[in-house]
Amino acid sequence: MNAITQPLYKDKIVAQKRALQDPNWVKWSLIVITISFITLFICIPLGLVIFQAFSKGLTAYWSALSQPDTLSAIKLTLIVALVTVPLNTIFGVSAAWAITRFDFKGKSFLTTLIDLPFSVSPVISGLIFVLLFGAQGWFGEWLMEHDVKIIFAVPGIVLATLFITFPFVARQLIPLMQEMGNQEEEAALSLGASGWKTFWAITVPNIKWALLYGVLLCNARAMGEFGAVSVVSGHIRGLTNTLPLHVEVSYNDYDVVGAFASASILAALAIVTLILKTALEWKQSNR
Amino acid sequence: MSILLTDISKNFGAFAALNHINLEVPEGELVALLGPSGCGKTTLLRIIAGLEHTDQGHILINGDDKTDQNVSQRGIGFVFQHYALFRHMTVFENVAFGLRVKPKRDRPSNEIITKKVHALLDLVQLDWLHNRYPDQLSGGQRQRIALARALAVEPSVLLLDEPFGALDASVRKDLRQWLRNLHHELNVTSIFVTHDQEEAMEVASQVVVLNHGKIEQQGTPSDIYDHPANAFVSRFIGQTNVFDLENHESDWLQSAGLLSQGQKGKIAHVRPHDIIIEKSINNANTLATLKDWQHLGALIRIELVKNGANKSSDASIFAELPNDQFKDLKLVRGDKVNLKIRHAHWFH
Repeated sequence: MNAITQPLYKDKIVAQKRALQDPNWVKWSLIVITISFITLFICIPLGLVIFQAFSKGLTAYWSALSQPDTLSAIKLTLIVALVTVPLNTIFGVSAAWAITRFDFKGKSFLTTLIDLPFSVSPVISGLIFVLLFGAQGWFGEWLMEHDVKIIFAVPGIVLATLFITFPFVARQLIPLMQEMGNQEEEAALSLGASGWKTFWAITVPNIKWALLYGVLLCNARAMGEFGAVSVVSGHIRGLTNTLPLHVEVSYNDYDVVGAFASASILAALAIVTLILKTALEWKQSNR
Repeated sequence: MSILLTDISKNFGAFAALNHINLEVPEGELVALLGPSGCGKTTLLRIIAGLEHTDQGHILINGDDKTDQNVSQRGIGFVFQHYALFRHMTVFENVAFGLRVKPKRDRPSNEIITKKVHALLDLVQLDWLHNRYPDQLSGGQRQRIALARALAVEPSVLLLDEPFGALDASVRKDLRQWLRNLHHELNVTSIFVTHDQEEAMEVASQVVVLNHGKIEQQGTPSDIYDHPANAFVSRFIGQTNVFDLENHESDWLQSAGLLSQGQKGKIAHVRPHDIIIEKSINNANTLATLKDWQHLGALIRIELVKNGANKSSDASIFAELPNDQFKDLKLVRGDKVNLKIRHAHWFH
């Protein structure tokens, strides 16, 4: 390209760019709206949580966290996550496998049903279990006779959390596995690999980032779920309070430092989840 | 090893994909399953592989009944249209996979695996790529790696599902030649599926023409081309002009010299190269007019329209002439010509 045509060429590119771009005022007002919205609804509340948690100093923060009720809430939250996340990982992989690899009647209905916990209010999800296992519920009498406690006890919390979090893993895997198809697996089988071997050597490496992502989201929700758990837990201090419930109970008791100290743990969990999520997304797109 | 299929049928719901298929593939042949899309050719290949179950009938490989055997036990090599290479493994690991998953007592040592994989990669002339991942290769390279991977387990038969279907034209041509040479070298009984009749004729030693889940004809490429068993095969293999005598074309065909050999059916199929064109001297009583022509390389394709009263079936007639003959005729568009039909296939 010679010296005379070059500037012309550049002008043309700039003109093309302008034609494809929105005017400047649109660009800047959208950026300002977005930033102020995020500041108002995310940054300020998050900052406030941390500010309130430490408002009476580090010692107060620490003593709030080391109260027996808080510790028991943390412990219960961890237990619930430890039970529900592995179960829903297994369920999610099985469901994704069934939906993407087999043809059967009612498949699209099943796919829709998997989304149900997303579309139903968490309070209703909790109520379902009360209606099933509560004292006046379908199995209530039988459970009372055999002295099995589900509602207002840990099993109920685990069940409600299981219900709320079961779509996460399946939702991540189904589109990916649909897009990948099953030819690699068929190829592995034709080369003499067993079904089990094929799953671990071919399927798992291909879905691992999406699977981890799903597990992460599932975990975040399992630890943070409030509505459904609130209905079935009964708010028994030191026994059936998870961290989100403990935050509410402390706040209602005017224990501001205690409430916000517990909230700061949940907030930290959310931030860690976000960082890991971004890292996983980056990893996935850079593969 | 030989393959014998007896009475294979497969239904998908109400759709009959395969209808009582009987097929014998002798040892060492390279067979093309040829047919239009939806004819059941891929389903048949997948049934032989064990990737699909047959509703009835038996699959025998070298005399052993494999009908109820799982795909992983059949000892077949399968090459997929879209390669299906393991995307998280290097080329080397892809080819080594079949050896590494063997049960412990049959599994070769690491040194033997390494040696064998490099030998296979040499065979497909891609050993220099052994450290790459599949997404760093071109389509043609991927398909050659897929073939090396299938050959690693020393399969008794090799099955290829539209192996060149996803490649661009020039790569496809090279790979066809290459596959035929490779088959000569290895002599493993192979079946490949294709919808491209040219590809089937060029690569295969035997062609099986399928339509609507049935075998229409099986034979060598020459058999199929020179002696098509029915109108479908004749039309599907190569170009053909169709003359329907019930449509009052007999007068015209009489003049073209077709009926001098006697009428042997109701429909006559004439290959374009079986039509001889003669330039008319006085422009009287000519049979056709030159409408257009296209240069196909060594051949010229000529499009003709019938002259005369019968306009009920005025489809174009296609003839093909070698380049130099066409030049000698010095024809231009709109010229009146006479033509002679050398040979026809008759169908009822």
